[in-house]
Amino acid sequence: MGKTLAEKILSLKSNTEAEAGDVVIADVDLAFVQDTTGPLAIRQFKESGFEALAGPQQAIIFLDHAAPSPAPQLSNDHILLRRFAGETGCRISEIGDGICHQLVAENFANPGDIIVGADSHTVTAGALGAFATGMGSSDVAVALALGKSWFRVPESFLIELSGVFPRGVYGKDLILYLIGQIGADGANYKALEFGGKALAQITMSQRLTIANMAVEAGAKVGLFPGDKITRDFLVEHGRGDKYRPIYSDAEAHYEQVIPLNLDQLEPMLSLPHAVDNVRPVTQVKGVRIQQAFIGTCTNGRLEDLAVAAEILKGKKRNPGTRLLIAPASRQVLIRAIEKGYIQSLIEAGAVILPPSCAACLGLHQGVLGDGEVCLSTANRNFKGRMGNPEAMVYLAGPATAAASAIRGEITDPREFV
Amino acid sequence: MPDLVLKGKAIKLGDNISTDDIIPGRFTHLRSNLPELAKHVLEDAAPEFASKVKSGDFLVGGKNLGLGSSREHAPVIIKMSGVGAILAKSAARIFFRNAINQGLPVLLCDTDKISDGDELEINLTAGMIANLTSGVTLSCSKMPPIMSAILKEGGLIPYIQKHKDFVITPSSEPY
Repeated sequence: MGKTLAEKILSLKSNTEAEAGDVVIADVDLAFVQDTTGPLAIRQFKESGFEALAGPQQAIIFLDHAAPSPAPQLSNDHILLRRFAGETGCRISEIGDGICHQLVAENFANPGDIIVGADSHTVTAGALGAFATGMGSSDVAVALALGKSWFRVPESFLIELSGVFPRGVYGKDLILYLIGQIGADGANYKALEFGGKALAQITMSQRLTIANMAVEAGAKVGLFPGDKITRDFLVEHGRGDKYRPIYSDAEAHYEQVIPLNLDQLEPMLSLPHAVDNVRPVTQVKGVRIQQAFIGTCTNGRLEDLAVAAEILKGKKRNPGTRLLIAPASRQVLIRAIEKGYIQSLIEAGAVILPPSCAACLGLHQGVLGDGEVCLSTANRNFKGRMGNPEAMVYLAGPATAAASAIRGEITDPREFV
Repeated sequence: MPDLVLKGKAIKLGDNISTDDIIPGRFTHLRSNLPELAKHVLEDAAPEFASKVKSGDFLVGGKNLGLGSSREHAPVIIKMSGVGAILAKSAARIFFRNAINQGLPVLLCDTDKISDGDELEINLTAGMIANLTSGVTLSCSKMPPIMSAILKEGGLIPYIQKHKDFVITPSSEPY
């Protein structure tokens, strides 16, 4: 019988013929924690009696959520994490390097890999054909020590993509639309596998955005095949030798096949306080916003900043709307400077935040006030997400955020592109 | 190891309680101080929960309980609050796995048949819940044997301390 991408990778890494529903123990190519889940993982690691990592080169601590730290307690957590890295030889990514998921994509994830991270958006690396999934601190602590974990092989939904993105419509609109269709638990425990003819024109940047939000439909993983776009991305990032083609089999069994025609898409957004509360931007136009935030593991990449800079170049943010930009990594920031995007954004009135998670999770760098509205390019808008349960968060892509920052209200980006 | 028969009162919550609801991001600085963190359990979504919950009570959710962030602190502080088991119509996968890893049972059943304040008796071995208030009996969906083995040991860390590795067992049982 043919295999889905999830079945294929889990079979390969567990030396079994794995089918959906099986439980396998599989080798892990990369295990990582970040600064808000790492301290608990380290305590669990030590409590388990472990002293050494299975493979220090396959283990990373990312300091990205509280980077730089806004509180002494978090600074102390950073001390604990740096000390653990020193003791074990674990790689450490310092503040300012960028967001874990972006750095995993830039430097580590390869087609056919298994990646576990103590962060739900670990699914991002599925864009590169890696079986990448989020786990808790305990599971990742054990994966760090044993170099393996247990997995229930998920059933898969095939999202069959056709057509071409219309002008002003991007990967974020696609994934928001899909989540709106199937719901926040529509793919709970499942793998979302993206296929179809349209794949050839969906860039790696957009694939990363789409895979990133698979978890917002409950999915365990959001998988793209390892194709030419994957190969080009790996070559560009200096690891072309890690490319291998990986595709699902023609006779693979899917629990559902969901056709999605890109031609039919329009700019979408999520309304407060649920990611699956999705509407076309045209239905929500005119809502005043006090803050626009462009960044995060969902939409803080070079392409995203290019889209925003193109819209904002030569224009100004609305006086009533703060504009925050957080590049997803140091490399993104450097390239955005080289290409002049940062200049355009700063001249338009943007505040450039360090490469990090920044305002996304309500810790710092853009916490909202009572009754304020933020249009964010992040992946979550739960009540209280941006640090204040009295505030409201809408989610959209960078084009919508940039256009809305100019007008000071939710705006259809097609008026600007 | 958790008791095989649990008895307590239901504290009912709605659908889609996220891990951000259970412990909001603005308290991230308290994650290495669990007793302080636990004071804020469900602070925005169910402000009365922390003062109402008694040792042995059951947290009863609706659908997609624990969606969102992988923060294991969510089940950690639910357990610290005294909750003996979590019941839900469905649970997000990372939260489900994290709770089991913390030795906190999660039972999936039709929680529409449970009202706030109902007295419940849960038989973990049989995977059955008796609603002593309404007289209704509910059956729960099974979890993979490796999860029930982890739960039986009281969580992933005690499991690993004992077995030193993952062990796949062929038998399937609810607990």
